[in-house]
Amino acid sequence: MLPGSKNNSSPGELERLAGKKPALQLRAKVLQALRLFFISHGYLEVETPFLIPAPAPEAHIDAVRAGDAFLHTSPELCMKRLLCAGYPKIFQICACFRNNERGNLHLPQFTLLEWYRLGANYFELMKECEDMVNFVSNHLGMGSKIKYQSLELDLKAPWQRISVQEAFARHASLSMKEALKRESFDKVMVEEIEPKLGSPKPTFLYDYPASHAALARLNKKEPGFAERFELYAAGLELANAFSELTDAEEQKKRFEKEREKRRREGKDVYPMPERFLKALSHMPEAAGIAFGVDRLVMLFADTPCIDKVVAFSPEEL
Amino acid sequence: MYNASDLRKGLKIQINKEPYIIIDFQFSKPGKGQALYRCKLKNMISGVIVDRTYRSVDTFEPANLEERKMQYLYNQGEEFFFMDLENYEQITLKSDQVGEARNFLVDNLEVEISFFDNRPIGITLPNFVDLKVVSADPWAKGDSVSGDSKPVTLETGYKLRVPPFIEEGSKITVDTRTGEYVTRVKE
Repeated sequence: MLPGSKNNSSPGELERLAGKKPALQLRAKVLQALRLFFISHGYLEVETPFLIPAPAPEAHIDAVRAGDAFLHTSPELCMKRLLCAGYPKIFQICACFRNNERGNLHLPQFTLLEWYRLGANYFELMKECEDMVNFVSNHLGMGSKIKYQSLELDLKAPWQRISVQEAFARHASLSMKEALKRESFDKVMVEEIEPKLGSPKPTFLYDYPASHAALARLNKKEPGFAERFELYAAGLELANAFSELTDAEEQKKRFEKEREKRRREGKDVYPMPERFLKALSHMPEAAGIAFGVDRLVMLFADTPCIDKVVAFSPEEL
Repeated sequence: MYNASDLRKGLKIQINKEPYIIIDFQFSKPGKGQALYRCKLKNMISGVIVDRTYRSVDTFEPANLEERKMQYLYNQGEEFFFMDLENYEQITLKSDQVGEARNFLVDNLEVEISFFDNRPIGITLPNFVDLKVVSADPWAKGDSVSGDSKPVTLETGYKLRVPPFIEEGSKITVDTRTGEYVTRVKE
């Protein structure tokens, strides 16, 4: 029972579900288009287990416990193990689970599309995002000009590319350096920067401070930054990507740091994903990306609420 | 005690010994960053609205309110009258205390009135209320602007969009939290 809600059951269940039909049909078409795109670009569709012994230890991502194991928060670790073993282009579309995430843009169970490419870097993934989203839009018969929540969105490539540092300088009341010092990076990002990103062209926000990328490779020329980007369309965050960190020692150190942060905040501390770390020691250069499928459907359905693009929200179960 | 993850629209919490209701709520989590709970809060006594951003480690006291079941009687100008169904005591709320709830207040509706220091300060409606449609235009099919819905006016004067099959005189269920149509009431 939610605090603040009253105990009278919801009428109109049938009408509510029937009313979702256009959105669910759109969702099915988006899923079909995504599969078509990746298969026709030489990617192998893979499935990795949802039930895993050790999720990636990240400070701000909480896993759901399931018996002695956990539900995966993303298929990242298992997919990278495949990548290391000689699967050069793989993709997966699957449900992921994150505790304590619920809002207009968040569900505790949501659908992620992840894809990984050997020999690529994060800039090449940007290009692939442009191609993929345009492919989906064409498949839906929507072309390259759409509207999201009355904001113009022009999907024609190339999209806007702006570094995190530049975005702070342009949109925020303080510099990135200052925000990091005051521990208000996330707050400024949400309140001042995100709303201004992604219109009329979608925006790649790239080169995050090294402290904000647990699994990304640091920039060789500027090691204070990680080769990571987030994609925004009309203020909506769609994807997170990076050039993969391939140094097992460094990865272990970063996981230790993240686990320490969790311990300090009194959060569940996950076991170290040892097999992943072992595999990482022979991972060649690669890049990978996690793309929110529900958010992509929201964009094309022009709805501000993620509940509208899934049949059941947790409260409706 | 509430945690940040309990925060949502409609929740009443105490800040500096005064009761506040969350009137708008947004959960944010910038990629890989920490969860942020952005609230628009209304002081339930003064009506002053403030913005606050909380983090997942923050905790909150529930507002120290007494809730009493009462029946809505009628309104006279800016005053709305309610009666306690147990002791027949009557109380009055000003229209700014009733706020948007006036859109769904029909005679004899049972509501909850919040008391702070024995003073009535606010109202909570049932989530779903049945209301009569007093005016509805016939639906012009092919009107691509309005899509699959048309505007109607309810007995309270509230206007909303409903499916085309709803006619003048029908009774419909409205979700008072969103102000949206839910279903037609079968008589």
